[in-house]
Amino acid sequence: MIDFKYLLYKLRQNPLSIVGIIIILIFIVIAILAPVIAPPPEGTIDPYQIPRYGFSPTPQPPSAEHPFGLSEGQYDIFYGLIWGTRSAFKVGLLVIGSVVVIGILLGSLAGYFGGTVDEIIMRIADIFLAFPALILAMAITVALGPSLNSVILALITVSWPIYTRLIRGDILSVREEDYVQSAKGIGASHSRIIVRHILPNSIYPTLVMASLDIGAVVLSAAALSFLGLGAPEGYADWGQMIQFARNWIVGPPGNPLAYWYTVTIPGLFILFFVLGWNLLGDAFRDILDPRLGKR
Amino acid sequence: MEFRAYIIRRLVLLIPVLLGVTILIFGLLQLFSPVERAALYIRDPKQFADIGHVIEQYGLNQPIWVQYGRWMGEIIHGNLGWSRVVSQPVTSAMLSFFPATLELALFSAPLIIIGGIFLGSKAAAHKDKFIDHATRVGAIIGWSLPTFWLGLMLLMVFYGFFSGLFPPERLSTEMSILVHSAQFTRYTGLNTIDAILNANGPVLLDALRHLVLPIVTLTVVNLAFILRLMRSSMLEALGKGYILTARAKGLDENAVVNKHARRNALIPVLTVSGYLFASLVNGVVITETIFNYKGLGWWAWQSAVHLDAPSVLAFALFSGILFVITNLIVDLLYARIDPRVRLGEQVQ
Repeated sequence: MIDFKYLLYKLRQNPLSIVGIIIILIFIVIAILAPVIAPPPEGTIDPYQIPRYGFSPTPQPPSAEHPFGLSEGQYDIFYGLIWGTRSAFKVGLLVIGSVVVIGILLGSLAGYFGGTVDEIIMRIADIFLAFPALILAMAITVALGPSLNSVILALITVSWPIYTRLIRGDILSVREEDYVQSAKGIGASHSRIIVRHILPNSIYPTLVMASLDIGAVVLSAAALSFLGLGAPEGYADWGQMIQFARNWIVGPPGNPLAYWYTVTIPGLFILFFVLGWNLLGDAFRDILDPRLGKR
Repeated sequence: MEFRAYIIRRLVLLIPVLLGVTILIFGLLQLFSPVERAALYIRDPKQFADIGHVIEQYGLNQPIWVQYGRWMGEIIHGNLGWSRVVSQPVTSAMLSFFPATLELALFSAPLIIIGGIFLGSKAAAHKDKFIDHATRVGAIIGWSLPTFWLGLMLLMVFYGFFSGLFPPERLSTEMSILVHSAQFTRYTGLNTIDAILNANGPVLLDALRHLVLPIVTLTVVNLAFILRLMRSSMLEALGKGYILTARAKGLDENAVVNKHARRNALIPVLTVSGYLFASLVNGVVITETIFNYKGLGWWAWQSAVHLDAPSVLAFALFSGILFVITNLIVDLLYARIDPRVRLGEQVQ
């Protein structure tokens, strides 16, 4: 069980984690205030559809009306990135939420009951872990048909074994504790022992680390989107914004950096989002690593 | 447990995993209609004309276990279907793209491992000093970088701004023509090695120029991971009693760090080399896509974009099996180096 006062104390000590928290808060504000920061043009049916201002393939540089310029196909980059923040949170929260629920269910079954149940669940997990994650996710996305939902499903499919394994380990570590034995002794049911005694005493560190994996999930989703397997064209999504920039890396002769904004700005959004979660994750990893002790 | 018994045990445990891997891929294939799956069994484009015959011939409407058995039979005989992207059988497509990817990996992996170990132990030996903080920040930024973005930014600067200094693809046009002409013998398919074997300086230089950016892209992200792992492993080793002994008897600090601590700190790093392999495979798809570097990863991406599922699944199967074998080798090496692993198995 982690000591929350100690945790907060350690976090305050680490300036990098403060930077991480600030970055994440900024993105949360952007996501919530998206309709204010980048109001959809009047008559919009789906705000996640990036408005386009023409059909010319050549990107247009930043201007007063379009602060980050227009991408290939005249999609507004600023709008796409602001609303893309919502998509990023949606993907990250859905994937992490689902795998944590699956992890708790299967991990408790495997860890608490052991034996055959444990063998079956963990051997199935091994099969999913036998692939390089992004490759399996790519195969699943292709098999389901490219879309944002396929990306989410694919990422859940490749990540659940990791959390199931971690939570199973957590449960194993407290299964033989005295208070669990006492609860058994007074005749508590299995579900009560798991829910009331084992889970609260074992899984918080894993839950914290899992929630910080949102950054990694968003990075994988952006990669799949970039490869052309994610959201349909024009949907506000960071990976796709970079996909739009792919053909405009090098400008015309004499002005090689003419289209810098198409690739640089969307990339910085992804980088900072992931960085925020990773800075916080790194601080937590140090705090929660028992090998490094309370130093 | 004796080492040989441990090897046998691990090999036996491999069978259910490999079976599971094939069942998973086969299961994904079942998401497709028989017509789409028929493409798996096609070896000649003429067969497309009479797809109904193919479905009948291979029993694609028969019970699922019959189909699985037949599919496994085909896989074991090396027949993985037809790749639409390159219009040749998947097996020969994979063989022809393999050398390019191998070349990329052969350059990147040593850089990642040696660089990560070196920087990681430096950071640990100077804990809380400047180099420790610098590598920490560098590593966190490194693994937060979207690989695909890093690659495009590198292209923008080193291909655009420094007009053509480090170009994409594997070779420039003239060199590519030369390499595929009769004057040049393709011994291995690896451009750099073939250039050396043919004693051809210009080709070697050209190949290296094209390799620089993909190698940098692949290295940055993975190096960060090894670096951080090495650092924490080194810190743990430096806290051990034998380090205190070594220091107490007046041993030179360099010898303490390089000889005593680093050797023991390397063991956990070895165990993640399996993970490094997977990460390289993931990275190769993105890197080759960005740089139009025609290797396995580029082919997998092309297949994915063209929704050529048999090819993508064949690639997933191939990388899954390679990953399982890599992990086996890593575990065996680990058990060889650290006998506690084998003893642990026995206690269970």
